[in-house]
Amino acid sequence: MPSAHSSPPTRRQLLTRIGTLAGSAALYQAMTSLGHAQGTDFKGPPALGGAKKGTKVLVLGSGLSGMLSAYELRKAGYDVQILEFQSRSGGRNISLRGGDTVTELGGATQKVGFAPGNYINPGPWRIPYHHQGLLHYCREFGIQLEPFIELNHNSWLHSTGAFGGKAVRYREFASDFTGFTAELIAKAIDQHKLDDLVSEDERDHLRTAMKSWGGLGKDYTYKKGNISSLRRGFARPQGGGIDGAPIPSDLFARDDVMKSGLWNWMAFHERLDMQTTMFQPVGGMDQIGKGFTRQVKDLITFNCKVIALHQDQKGVTVTYNDMANGGAVRQAQADYCVCTIPLSVLSQLDVQVSDAMKAAILAVPYASSVKMGMEFKRRFWEEDDQIYGGISFTDQQISQISYPSHGIFSKGPAVLLGGYMFGPAAYDFAGMPPKERLERALAQGTAIHPQYRKEFSNGVSFAWSRVPWTLGCCSMWTEEARKTHYKTLCSVDNRVVLAGEHASYIGCWQEGAILSALDAVTRLHKRALGAA
Amino acid sequence: MRHILLLSALMLSSALMPVVAYADSASSVEGKVQTLPDGAAVYKHVCQGCHMPDGKGAEGAGARFPALAGNPKLQSAEYPAYVVLNGFGGMPWFGVALNDQQVANVVNYVRTHFGNHYTDTLKPEDVAAMRPHLTVEDE
Repeated sequence: MPSAHSSPPTRRQLLTRIGTLAGSAALYQAMTSLGHAQGTDFKGPPALGGAKKGTKVLVLGSGLSGMLSAYELRKAGYDVQILEFQSRSGGRNISLRGGDTVTELGGATQKVGFAPGNYINPGPWRIPYHHQGLLHYCREFGIQLEPFIELNHNSWLHSTGAFGGKAVRYREFASDFTGFTAELIAKAIDQHKLDDLVSEDERDHLRTAMKSWGGLGKDYTYKKGNISSLRRGFARPQGGGIDGAPIPSDLFARDDVMKSGLWNWMAFHERLDMQTTMFQPVGGMDQIGKGFTRQVKDLITFNCKVIALHQDQKGVTVTYNDMANGGAVRQAQADYCVCTIPLSVLSQLDVQVSDAMKAAILAVPYASSVKMGMEFKRRFWEEDDQIYGGISFTDQQISQISYPSHGIFSKGPAVLLGGYMFGPAAYDFAGMPPKERLERALAQGTAIHPQYRKEFSNGVSFAWSRVPWTLGCCSMWTEEARKTHYKTLCSVDNRVVLAGEHASYIGCWQEGAILSALDAVTRLHKRALGAA
Repeated sequence: MRHILLLSALMLSSALMPVVAYADSASSVEGKVQTLPDGAAVYKHVCQGCHMPDGKGAEGAGARFPALAGNPKLQSAEYPAYVVLNGFGGMPWFGVALNDQQVANVVNYVRTHFGNHYTDTLKPEDVAAMRPHLTVEDE
């Protein structure tokens, strides 16, 4: 190596190097062996029981964390009531169908025009297999799940600055990236460039592994031929009969592959969150909200706009406007409160908690996110492109197009996710009128699917920063904010405890809401029994 | 003031770290920031999603996006600049996404539009001075 090794690498530098050199799969393996990257720590439903008779708990919010808190607390023997701002339960667990109306802050109203049976999930839309808390309650509440297709080798990868702006198939790109990388490592071994890093024995293993992993030939090169085409696809596919012989496809140029940046999207699917198998509820994500609602429906009062949460040594008092009755001011009293109101809203309410808790509530910004649900007259992605579920990625603002995992091969109109944005693109799209968002999504999607405009039927956009009841998508913790505020945020503040994805390390996922709620009610129960 | 500066230093340095907990975000790559040549562009592409095109903000569930129109907190240009750099409550920080010129531009834009008529101007150097000093190691 020409550059001197000035000091031994830190753990993070080491991981970064492994990731850069060997790809994210190798990085993930390394992280696992170093004790990072695990699933969630759901250990089964809590066994509470034995609540003092007549003890009242007020739950604020009927999202998943609120409803689960209510469900478990009632089971434990508490007298539970839920106050909900909206006229529906489920919180960010939501699906949109034909006939639904979306009114956002600023006043823009969209009427969803999807055909019967079609839907889009503007909030959560996929469930990792290791989100065992959520999956447990789905089973307990009889919510049917089906596979969600995350990785599709036949989907498109697109970058305006790579391959002349033309989309390439995931399988073509992934084969070539892996093949060329493996070839380089094999070459480096043969040319003794890794001798100072890797023992002789390990070099042999590594060289053999590169051949197998990268699809290299006998000479340890990655080249056009049957081996590479059996990964990336043939120019003329394998056929039957007398003319069935396939013709191998050309490889991309190695420097085009390396400079394209498209390897980001290979790494994306390697994240623990995105690994197969993933799930979705049959019939729309809101089937989970509905399943939870069936358990606690009798406890929910809708249209309650909470304005204050006060507490003293005797109990909690929540003041709210009864929006179903002209905003009449009402109060609800209880011994304890589980508050699941998003911090973006809670931070602006009159909340009587410790100064440290107030600071924690103020310390967490909310991400902005926009999703586009677009209905097309037919499944051209299946019929023309053989794309069945999965995601195509682009460096344009829309970021991705995700094809429905359900209803595959069916005729008639279908809805795809025509954009899913965070960060700058989400800020930009949120600031546009809905019509302009659709026009942008159509224009950008056309770079991947030329059929887009011809087949388009109707669409809806959902800008989370313009949702009146969250003022944002989900919590955005920094490591520093966590160090200072996280434990306080999760602690029982006299008679009040917070729950929701914001009180978890699985922020922005439903599992975070589930695990947070279970932890909150377990500790609140202890507190109520006088043990804490 | 000292502890406020220290706090902002912590927030900014953490914001510079590549990993922000977005979890189910579209990607770890957030897409490109469009060119934002002036204050109007910054406002349009970054701010109006929440503060609305007319700068009047919006009312939600017992909470709101504050109006910039007629907001007395804009009297000193440093305050909006601080909030843009560091965020506030549910509002994310933009100290990483926007450079000094862009922060100055949008602060000046907001203070001279939506019925605001402040005459003093925030300069990029003023914004730079509000940023915490980062050591080479931090960067």
